[in-house]
Amino acid sequence: MTPLLSVPVAADFVAPTVDYVAVLPMLIVFGAAIVAVLVEAFAPRASRFSIQVGVALVGLIAALGAVGKLIVDGTRVETAGIPAADGTLAASIVIDGPAIFLQGTILALSILAVLTMTERSTDGGAFTPQASAVPGSPGEGAARRVGLVQSEVFPLMLFSVGGMLMFPASNDLLTMFVALEVFSLPLYLLCGLARRRRLLSQEASLKYFLLGAFSSAFFLYGAALLYGFAESVRLADIAAAITGTGRPAVVGQDGLLLLGIALLAVGLLFKVGAAPFHIWTPDVYQGAPTPVTGFMAACTKVAAFGAMLRVVYVALPGARWDFMPALWGVAILTMVVGSVIAIVQTDVKRMLAYSSIAHAGFLMTGVLAIDKIGISGVLFYLFVYGFTTIGAFALVSLVRDAGEDGVGGEATHLSQWAGLGKRHPMAAGAFTLFLLAMAGIPLTSGFMGKYAVFSAAVSNGAWVLALIGVLASAVAAFFYVRVIVLMYFSEPSGSASVVATPGVGTLFAILLSVVVTIVLGIAPTVLFGPAEAASLFLP
Amino acid sequence: MSPYVPILVLAAIAAAFAVFSIGAGALAGPKRYNRAKLDAYECGIEPTPQAAGGGRFPIKYYLVAMLFIVFDIESVFLIPFAVAFDRLGLFALIEMVLFIATVFVAYAYVWRRGGLEWD
Repeated sequence: MTPLLSVPVAADFVAPTVDYVAVLPMLIVFGAAIVAVLVEAFAPRASRFSIQVGVALVGLIAALGAVGKLIVDGTRVETAGIPAADGTLAASIVIDGPAIFLQGTILALSILAVLTMTERSTDGGAFTPQASAVPGSPGEGAARRVGLVQSEVFPLMLFSVGGMLMFPASNDLLTMFVALEVFSLPLYLLCGLARRRRLLSQEASLKYFLLGAFSSAFFLYGAALLYGFAESVRLADIAAAITGTGRPAVVGQDGLLLLGIALLAVGLLFKVGAAPFHIWTPDVYQGAPTPVTGFMAACTKVAAFGAMLRVVYVALPGARWDFMPALWGVAILTMVVGSVIAIVQTDVKRMLAYSSIAHAGFLMTGVLAIDKIGISGVLFYLFVYGFTTIGAFALVSLVRDAGEDGVGGEATHLSQWAGLGKRHPMAAGAFTLFLLAMAGIPLTSGFMGKYAVFSAAVSNGAWVLALIGVLASAVAAFFYVRVIVLMYFSEPSGSASVVATPGVGTLFAILLSVVVTIVLGIAPTVLFGPAEAASLFLP
Repeated sequence: MSPYVPILVLAAIAAAFAVFSIGAGALAGPKRYNRAKLDAYECGIEPTPQAAGGGRFPIKYYLVAMLFIVFDIESVFLIPFAVAFDRLGLFALIEMVLFIATVFVAYAYVWRRGGLEWD
């Protein structure tokens, strides 16, 4: 008689091989995040903020050092996880050229973002003293008077950075989903912590959370359908199943494949802020505390485009003729919507948000080149765009209302920027440089970035995309130049604004962004070389 | 498209069942409202009206619920480990200790920040 329930005898357990050097950057960042939570729990309140800044900076710089070691050792390919013998959960992280390049970019940008978050010299900083206090309540006023500070910003930010490092290095869709959630959930919280205009900030946080959760569900459902198609969540197995060389020869399941790709694309396109999944961007960018907006705009874009590159180039090359037309449409729509709607914006943060949507479109032309030079172009573009964005938002956080007792809240209405060039030539000059870089004017890094992605598109027959990209850039140049004209050639009409004296952190972030923007505009080969060397995805 | 016919049929049956159940309930069911019926179902506290003057919304219930989920998930991972720990070796033991340690970091945070005090 056979037993009804037989307990299978487990095969000998094989411990996964983990290359700890390859995953060291992520381990350091997550370790620093856990230490930061302990600091939050046990450090005395008075010294908490400064300890948190130290932990965050030390962690991120050490992680950047670990990435540097990977670069010095040569672009090795390392996978971590269970050995790839047995399918589904094998080798969940892959550290190849693009992963190392993107991790280095994310870490460098997040160090600058931490520096802008430490700014407390004007108006007590960008973050609310007590997030749980109801806006406008006596409790909020009391927290402000006592000088409380919500130093949880730093552990949240570290967890988010850890997830961003993992996202473009994920070798299977489940790991990718976990990374997506790990970097998104802290961002939702960070968006709601603004010191001024708290209701707007909380609204931004709620909108971002609801729409983000919705898009994560799309991503997960897409991953499930692709698993149904390929019987594996590994990107390489999905690629093999598409070309018909996979373990199970999949025939006649194109419906699963196409639907899976479509749903997965919705999740990724939401994160990069591509039209028509861009609606959240202006509200969230406007409502979030400005240093968080800079962090989000720069680092999320790097991580999400990294993951999109990996999915498109590793998992889906066999199906490209099926999904390319749709992504072409999305890219064109994104460029046009971002550039055109930005023209009518009157708030500088909303204008930069629409500008970031347009940039997502330009980046997609590089992704759609489906070529090695497309990858290196996107890597270069992400690097230079990240620095320009962090610098621009750091400057936005300095331009303030002229309150009766010193400086007030941020003056984000464009009319308040009129005449800034005469009163504060340094700040206006730096902002002008960032705007020119975003517009893609020659001798700035933005021009070289655009040149890289558009030339990659042209050389692979996507000249229509490049043409629309150039036209959209021309439209976009209008609203960038309009701000410059406003700053230099018009007189302030209503309430004047002042530029607050920046603290060391913000000043360093702005100066480094200026240097990167100029140097990579004049000598782009400094970065083109590494970007080209790094532009090979390994399954 | 034949592999999709069963899925479509299933979706149609599911939709029809939902429409029928709600419709039949709305048409045939007695409507006797009382206060308890309009309350939040099973868990949570009344979200409205808010405390006068924009007071703080009490979240202690949710804190306990979140902590429960954290330890719930911890046991989900602990039980398979406990069943097979003799075969898993030192690597799995270290992994489990690291996992439990990180869970306790969150626990220590909640404890120190007063999340375990009901009043």
